Amino acid sequence: MARTSDTDRRHFLRRTAALGAGVVVAPKVVAQESPLAVPAWSTTPGLPLSEGNYGAPSSFEKGVVRRGRKDYRMPGSGSIMSPLANLRGTITPNGLVFERSHGGVPEIDPAQHRLVIHGLVRQPLMFTMDDIARFPSVSRVHFLECSGNTSQGWAGRPPSVQLSHGLISACEWTGVLLSTVLDEAGLAPNASWVIAEGADAAGLNRSVPLAKCLEDAMLVYAQSGEALRPENGYPLRLFLPGWEGNMSVKWLRRLRVAAEPAMTRWETASYTESMPDGSARQFTFVMEAKSVITHPAPEKPLGAKGFVEISGIAWSGNGRIKRVDVSTDGGRSWHPAELQEPVLNRAFTRFRLPWHWKGEQATLMSRAMDETGYVQPTHRQLVAVRGTANRYHYNAIQPWQVAGDGKVTNVHA
Amino acid sequence: MCTPKHVVIALALLGFSIGALAQTYQFGRKVTEAQVSPWSIDVFPNGAGLPAGRGSVAEGKAVYDTRCAACHGAKGEGGPADRLVGGAGTLKSGKPVKTLGSYWPYASTAYDYIYRAMPYDRPKSLTPNEVYAVVAYLLHLNNIVDASTTLDAASLPKVKMPNSAGFTADPRPDVANVPCTRDCK
Repeated sequence: MARTSDTDRRHFLRRTAALGAGVVVAPKVVAQESPLAVPAWSTTPGLPLSEGNYGAPSSFEKGVVRRGRKDYRMPGSGSIMSPLANLRGTITPNGLVFERSHGGVPEIDPAQHRLVIHGLVRQPLMFTMDDIARFPSVSRVHFLECSGNTSQGWAGRPPSVQLSHGLISACEWTGVLLSTVLDEAGLAPNASWVIAEGADAAGLNRSVPLAKCLEDAMLVYAQSGEALRPENGYPLRLFLPGWEGNMSVKWLRRLRVAAEPAMTRWETASYTESMPDGSARQFTFVMEAKSVITHPAPEKPLGAKGFVEISGIAWSGNGRIKRVDVSTDGGRSWHPAELQEPVLNRAFTRFRLPWHWKGEQATLMSRAMDETGYVQPTHRQLVAVRGTANRYHYNAIQPWQVAGDGKVTNVHA
Repeated sequence: MCTPKHVVIALALLGFSIGALAQTYQFGRKVTEAQVSPWSIDVFPNGAGLPAGRGSVAEGKAVYDTRCAACHGAKGEGGPADRLVGGAGTLKSGKPVKTLGSYWPYASTAYDYIYRAMPYDRPKSLTPNEVYAVVAYLLHLNNIVDASTTLDAASLPKVKMPNSAGFTADPRPDVANVPCTRDCK
């Protein structure tokens, strides 16, 4: 153990030196002016056990909640973002998972819920939730990102990392592989697409290429160890690792196997990308590599000068994150950050870089690379190809400017 | 690893007939397409899934005024909910106005979406005649069909939408960055 911490210390010294700190500041010991107080919670019994209650965070954490832009035009339709600056590690607690809904959150009785698989199959089948839970199960950690996440990056400066990047979460998803269930129904030779449909008022429907359904798609009933939350699809959702969140259809009630895509509203009118020449890209499924610094962030300004851990998350719909570089000088120089192990496929990778802040104005950025060799682009590179009329799949490098007083602002182009 | 195929083999060794065991697990209930039909509401660009029924532009105006206008505006100009009319010629402008008329590539999508999701407060409540009619009216407001049009399962898929050729496949990765570390621009 001593050896490990020794290594860590050398590692830290090297990194800090690499960032130009030069010397490590001696710890400043604050003189205690009076004897320590003994707080009331140490001298009286605490609250009784929470038997029969679902546990809740400390009341001192009550500000850590999902928030939106408050521009909901229709009740139940809109999105609320995950408070990324308050999250640690790589898993999003279920009560803080982002939500995007198009027709409100249905209250579905799992005993009455049914999943139908029909169309180009040998035998149309209908399953109860009990049936689905009997299949062999898998649990996999993956991120889920709305393709509209960071959409204001195309033209705007959201005031916080929650509002700019919060339409993403990462959970351990449990369910049955869709390929297992499709095998039960048997695929016709001309089967090429699967049209997935929700049981909500919107009846949200998306066409999914059969290859993805057979590769790694899941029928998910649990997230991070417990049943799906209502807003995340209870009791059953489709889950497509690495693909835009809208396709992981919530409240899943039906899968039609088809020869062609249905060209639903959600793959024509929306979730298509307007290009400068007036054309629009369709079926842009994969969420490409992206990263963002979550500390410091506009919600987490710097206090004292000295050691600062720069930390954030990186992810790629194309595989594992291979490297994350961090710049503290607005992109002139970059330093490789430490990646938290294990680095999982299409999941959050936490990165950290020690920094010595001397109180100067600084522009912090992170740049992710994934195992395909893809490098997260700059805003300028992205806009040069795609223009600014788009609303989806924005994944450019995010700059945060730290002012002399520690305040952090979004200085995105 | 115990894959479904292994299970089939194991069950076969136990004396089950594979022929009778097309389904490995035999969970769930067999259903017929007729049983599924109340849920089977997809409409494809070629018209597959369109029900019997018909509706005219004039009938559609009546449906629209009572069931749609409160959110989408008196003439589809938008309100709390999306604008449905106009935007022709704006897709290259850098500020595209994307409506049913200017952007949607298939009329079938309008039928599919309006039936399943609209009106927002009572989705799946319109009759096939009402949906055909309101689709006809909205296409007329967008100058895509004339005022005398009646739509049904045969005619709706034949409507040519102005932006039907406006969509392209995903070319990504389309943007390349270089992981520069020193003296970067």
